[in-house]
Amino acid sequence: MNRQAFGNSGDPGATTMMTVEGMRRGLARRKVLDQVFVLIGLVVMLACLMILAVLFIDLVRDGWERFTWDFFTHFASRHAERAGILAAWVGTTLIMVVTAVCAVPIGVAAAIYLEEYAPKNWMTAIIEINVTNLAGVPSIVFGLLALGLFVYQFDLGQSIAAAGLTLALLILPIVIVATREAIRSVPNAIREAAYGLGATRWEVTKDHVLPYSTGGILTGMILGLSRAIGETAPIITIGALSFIAFLPESPFKSEFPFISFGWLNDPFTAMPIQMFNWVSRPDQAFQANAAAAGAILLGMTLIMNGVAIWIRYRFRKKISW
Amino acid sequence: MNSSLSSSYGSPPGPFSDPPGLRSVVSRKALRYRKLRDRVIETLLLVAGLVAVFTTLAIVAVLLYESSAFFEHVSIIEFMTGTMWTPLFADAHYGILPLVAGTLTTTLVALLVAVPLGTTIAIYLSEFAPHRVRETVKPILELLGAVPTVVYGYFALTMVTPALRVLMPELPGFNMLSAGLVIGLMIVPYVSSLSEDAMRAVPRYMREGSYAMGATRLQTALRVVVPGAFSGLAAAFILGISRAVGETMVVAIAAGMQPNFTFDPREPAATITAYIVQVSLGDLPHGSIGYQSIFAAGLVLMLMTLVFNVVGFFLTRRFREAY
Repeated sequence: MNRQAFGNSGDPGATTMMTVEGMRRGLARRKVLDQVFVLIGLVVMLACLMILAVLFIDLVRDGWERFTWDFFTHFASRHAERAGILAAWVGTTLIMVVTAVCAVPIGVAAAIYLEEYAPKNWMTAIIEINVTNLAGVPSIVFGLLALGLFVYQFDLGQSIAAAGLTLALLILPIVIVATREAIRSVPNAIREAAYGLGATRWEVTKDHVLPYSTGGILTGMILGLSRAIGETAPIITIGALSFIAFLPESPFKSEFPFISFGWLNDPFTAMPIQMFNWVSRPDQAFQANAAAAGAILLGMTLIMNGVAIWIRYRFRKKISW
Repeated sequence: MNSSLSSSYGSPPGPFSDPPGLRSVVSRKALRYRKLRDRVIETLLLVAGLVAVFTTLAIVAVLLYESSAFFEHVSIIEFMTGTMWTPLFADAHYGILPLVAGTLTTTLVALLVAVPLGTTIAIYLSEFAPHRVRETVKPILELLGAVPTVVYGYFALTMVTPALRVLMPELPGFNMLSAGLVIGLMIVPYVSSLSEDAMRAVPRYMREGSYAMGATRLQTALRVVVPGAFSGLAAAFILGISRAVGETMVVAIAAGMQPNFTFDPREPAATITAYIVQVSLGDLPHGSIGYQSIFAAGLVLMLMTLVFNVVGFFLTRRFREAY
């Protein structure tokens, strides 16, 4: 008689279990336990989802009075009601541009290499281990890397370029992993067909594999950027200022060549930094500003994630091999 | 559909020998150009792949380089055993233990939240929930992990701490308990998602064997699936631990930034990460000992994550079930 199979439900002894009556009672109890667990699982799951809603509603409620046009067009200020997020959202936007421009091509290229080209040797193994490893490195350590390397060795200073590069390294593993998954899901028959017609490996990749994996790559890019947009620790470490009353140089010029890169070297602040600055002030009036900034930040993250989920869903539905 | 072909994919299409009729269509010169272009592109792609390797090397190099300057001033013994951490004071002490204690305490609180919640959700989603529920809930749950950590910090400071103070009136405004609870919440999706993957990898016939013996779903889940997926669960918990250890903004906002050698979560304390933030907020000159101290702290942080990962690696290996 295997006692284990009947559960540790505290049956008085093996003898009761042997009787049909005892077995029936044991079974009933075990079935009740099943129902109880389903209930617990549902409650825990809903509680976690509720917290997300509570978080968002709470931020919006606390910051409601600050959602005015002025909040978006004013610089930070010593007076809570006059302070705005102009420098912060401009800074965040520019940093995201740098991050995307650096992380996406490198990440996609690395993923293509690992999936389509890499031979099975020690170098490939090292690259793979490093990608996995980087995904687990605490974000603040990327900040330290950037402080030692970008800010002082490369002499980028506490600039938008340094921040963008730091976040690019941080989201590189996310882009690589997402792109690899997308590439892996393209059936081999498609590659074989292209090879069969005499295409080279790059032609196969560029003309067939990449177009089919666009959805997955886009998803990875958006998820990566949504992670980068909320990252605070690494850019505090490289020395983002929290009080900035000017904008970086405009990337657009009225005369030829109409575009300038002077902003790359400008000091900056960003949305999460601004929010952190407001949260850590003892003055209650600033908490409303922090809540408003947080609501915007959270809203942007949720929208980006939503878009990523939607793209994944769309592409999955559209392609049927 | 064409699984038999998969073994041939991954190796180049082989030496190209022109069939006689093709020669007029594909000139040898054009082919040579295309092959050369392929070679160049392959090299570029490899370089992109190596960026990850260089990043790791650079992290190690920067941390070691700056910490070595730090350890010229501070003995390693004092660093490892001292219970006072006041590098920015006139009377400077460099004992890392208070920061390590703070980090371990918040991590432990976080795990006490994340492991039961995450595992319960994973068991529910993997063994009980209908397909539709699982597909809907999983992405939403993952949003919990996508919330910016500074927002969680605000949540811990302005909602969780006041709520806890209703239960514990003597709780200070900054404390590790609320920070740890919120971090735990934050890592629930990581734990649940990885655990669920591990449980779903347990083959169906093991469950069916269990059902055939008269076990209910819950018994099957707890006695067959969970032990079978243990190595995956361990990996999920380890990932959760490394997240919690490296989490910065929640503790910086909600736990206060005073180094405090205690394991009592009700007290305010600084973690390694919070200390790095605190120093970065000030304007320490490049090359000063305070500046170097954050790299030494970062090195300890890296070593801690490394230790957990190595432990996790061996745990996973030890309990791996091959199907």
